[in-house]
Amino acid sequence: MLAIYIVLMLMIIGAVIAIEIKSLLSSVIAVGAVGMGLSLIALILNAPDVAITQLVVEIISVIILIRATIKKDLPESTTEQRVMSGVAALVFLAALVLVGIAVFKEIPPFGQPIMRVAGEYLANGVQETGATNIVASILLDYRGYDTLGEATVLFTAVLGVLTVVRRQGKKSEKSGGGSDHE
Amino acid sequence: MVAYVMCMALLGLGIYCVLMKRNLIKIIVGLVITEYAINLFFVLISYRKNGLAPIFAADAPVAPETMVDPLPQALVLTAIVIGLATTALIVALAMRLYEKYGTFDIAEIRELKG
Repeated sequence: MLAIYIVLMLMIIGAVIAIEIKSLLSSVIAVGAVGMGLSLIALILNAPDVAITQLVVEIISVIILIRATIKKDLPESTTEQRVMSGVAALVFLAALVLVGIAVFKEIPPFGQPIMRVAGEYLANGVQETGATNIVASILLDYRGYDTLGEATVLFTAVLGVLTVVRRQGKKSEKSGGGSDHE
Repeated sequence: MVAYVMCMALLGLGIYCVLMKRNLIKIIVGLVITEYAINLFFVLISYRKNGLAPIFAADAPVAPETMVDPLPQALVLTAIVIGLATTALIVALAMRLYEKYGTFDIAEIRELKG
């Protein structure tokens, strides 16, 4: 179990670097390190499906973020921090800590899940769905509507991205709307 | 329990980044870190001591009582993919703002007004 704490520590260090470093490209790459740490932890904690998905998604999202930051590696803002955002952050983090203390009193200890629903799935999953991988049987059979909703969200997001990055609208064709964003 | 506390520290770092930073890319980075922290919490909470992956195999029979919790894993798989979609949408919006204003600084964008 020591491996988990080492990887978690690396994730926190990676997050601090990502937040505080000046260069945007380095920040994005540090976020990639955090995601790889999550993938490693999923692998150590016997969640291979999560590990595979996280690895693929991580690579794609780092590519997207690098595409957004490359060639416009601007320095951090020179305008001074305002007090309001600092106060808001403090209040929010204090509330988070309070809620966290309340939650940590109720939560089952690490390594002893409750599994009230999942016990049924594990006992009857193979007979009822025919899938030997119980995660797949939950994803595609017991909770298939969740996956349908996920596909809908994905489709909507792709539509949104295509709408936003489209080079020119119908009206601005003459007025040179084709501003190159390379 | 220490693992949960470290997971919450990661969540706090992400929220701090979203609230305090002025650069749009840094805000996106904070959102992504927050999302990772929540996914990490689901993976942590599904762990059973000395548990095995929830996959049955014909040649190596495993008792269901020794497997880790498969339900949070299935839920977090959905969340990861949706996170990718929303990140792509946010990045597209940020690039659009950069095209229009030539900066990622939210204070300058706010002052320009249109």
